[in-house]
Amino acid sequence: MVQFEGMSDAELPLPLLEGHSSRGRLEQVLRAGEFAVTAELNPPDSADPNDVFERGAVFDGWVDGINATDGSGANCHMSSVGICALLTRVGYSPIMQISCRDHNRIAIQGNVLGAAAMGVNNILCLTGDGVQAGDQPEAKPVFDLDCMSLLRTIRQMRDDGMLLSGRKLTTPPRVFLGAAINPFAPPYDFRPMRLAKKIEAGAQFVQSQYCFDLPMLETYMTRVRDMGLHEKCFILIGVGPMASARAARWIRTNVPGIHIPDAIIDRLEGAENQKEEGKKICIEMLQQIREMDGVSGAHVMAYRQEELVAEIVHESGVLKGRSPWRRSPNPDFAAVAEAVEHGIEHMGEPVKPSDAVAAASE
Amino acid sequence: MVKVAYHPAQQNPIARTRSAFTIRLWSVRHSRFLEKIYKGLASLFLKLHPVWTALGYSRVEKPVVAVEKRVKAFLFDCRMCGQCVLSDTGMSCPMNCPKSLRNGPCGGVRSNGNCEVEPDMPCVWGEAWKGSQQMQGGDQILKVQKPIDHSLRGSSAWLRATSEAALQEEDK
Repeated sequence: MVQFEGMSDAELPLPLLEGHSSRGRLEQVLRAGEFAVTAELNPPDSADPNDVFERGAVFDGWVDGINATDGSGANCHMSSVGICALLTRVGYSPIMQISCRDHNRIAIQGNVLGAAAMGVNNILCLTGDGVQAGDQPEAKPVFDLDCMSLLRTIRQMRDDGMLLSGRKLTTPPRVFLGAAINPFAPPYDFRPMRLAKKIEAGAQFVQSQYCFDLPMLETYMTRVRDMGLHEKCFILIGVGPMASARAARWIRTNVPGIHIPDAIIDRLEGAENQKEEGKKICIEMLQQIREMDGVSGAHVMAYRQEELVAEIVHESGVLKGRSPWRRSPNPDFAAVAEAVEHGIEHMGEPVKPSDAVAAASE
Repeated sequence: MVKVAYHPAQQNPIARTRSAFTIRLWSVRHSRFLEKIYKGLASLFLKLHPVWTALGYSRVEKPVVAVEKRVKAFLFDCRMCGQCVLSDTGMSCPMNCPKSLRNGPCGGVRSNGNCEVEPDMPCVWGEAWKGSQQMQGGDQILKVQKPIDHSLRGSSAWLRATSEAALQEEDK
């Protein structure tokens, strides 16, 4: 069991280790050679912070980072900056996704500084889905930068301490930079080279699209290993459970960039309990990906089945006994509850200022 | 019909049919030939550098743009971004990508190689990859492109490349 220094302290930033570019736990876990697991938080369509805390709590103790999506699939939800602000407050380690679809370079750089100030250590640079895929196709697509120039821009902010304009930053953002890969979309022979370009532009880790086709992934990884890319960048492969054959078919036709072979859909179709079978397929994928050369971790996307992530990670055994950071139960929680009850009992009795001072100094 | 701000093919008021891609695709197939033409044209423009300076680069801008726009719009569906990277991208203009990607295909490319946003258009970057493999300078596709400078939109990429090349020669 590997323990990382300062891991139980939610409020204190971790020390910046030599050769690390962020103070984040995800970078520490990956650089220590552990198999990292990340998951995706389903962003709420509400303004209630508790929705975020509840949705984050299901991953507690099972993942090394929580992705805060930025309007995934071009659908509008709570912003990734907002989610990250809430998650960092309670000590979780978010991976902030930035999509180029909705912001221009001015907004993006401002968000990066704001996020870093809130304690966000990981940023994932995406181009984003086209607006036609989402709930508001009449929106104006921005696409001022692409994922590659976004990576370069943030790297320049971090390493050279200046904005794209050349203006100096007094404190650069200390972030671990990520990008996305999709080994399952054509042109297949260009995909490893695109990863090389992303690494050159600044990507330190990549998360892939859903993997349902291991031979295809193996072909991609062979090429990646030949080019030595797995030594320059941590590769996290995406997996996830499909709720049913119908859902899988819908995703295949309606969500851009997801490749699900017929064999998987047939297997789901033939199963008695399709949801259980979907989970089983996901666990098998996860175990086989764990053993693949050059893979550093997995990204579990269980859309609308987030409660399954803990079971999937546990049953697959990919963590091999390591326990990712868990929120320490607030020791004052009982006291707070008692104080609230006490307050209700004594409602109506004004507290003297001198008593309040005495109580505070106790 | 779905209401969208971005008009993909067949939803555009100016109906664009499959045949509208014919010339663009021809250009990609003949990328090696066009690369030669481009190199010849670039050296001719560079030789004419004294002429351009005598006339004034700003004064020749307008007529050159008029010609450049027509030629490149015909061959490549050029959008006049003013910073041409055609020779780096297999003679497939990246500005035709609905996401303005200048560094490679997105993850949404369909299994038949068509665009995620425009289902009947072959992915601009899939074509670029094919085109680059026939070219002598095909490795240029691996170069990470800078973010686009939107203030250059509508200006002549030919003249800019010429003046930059002339400056470089002077430095030598």
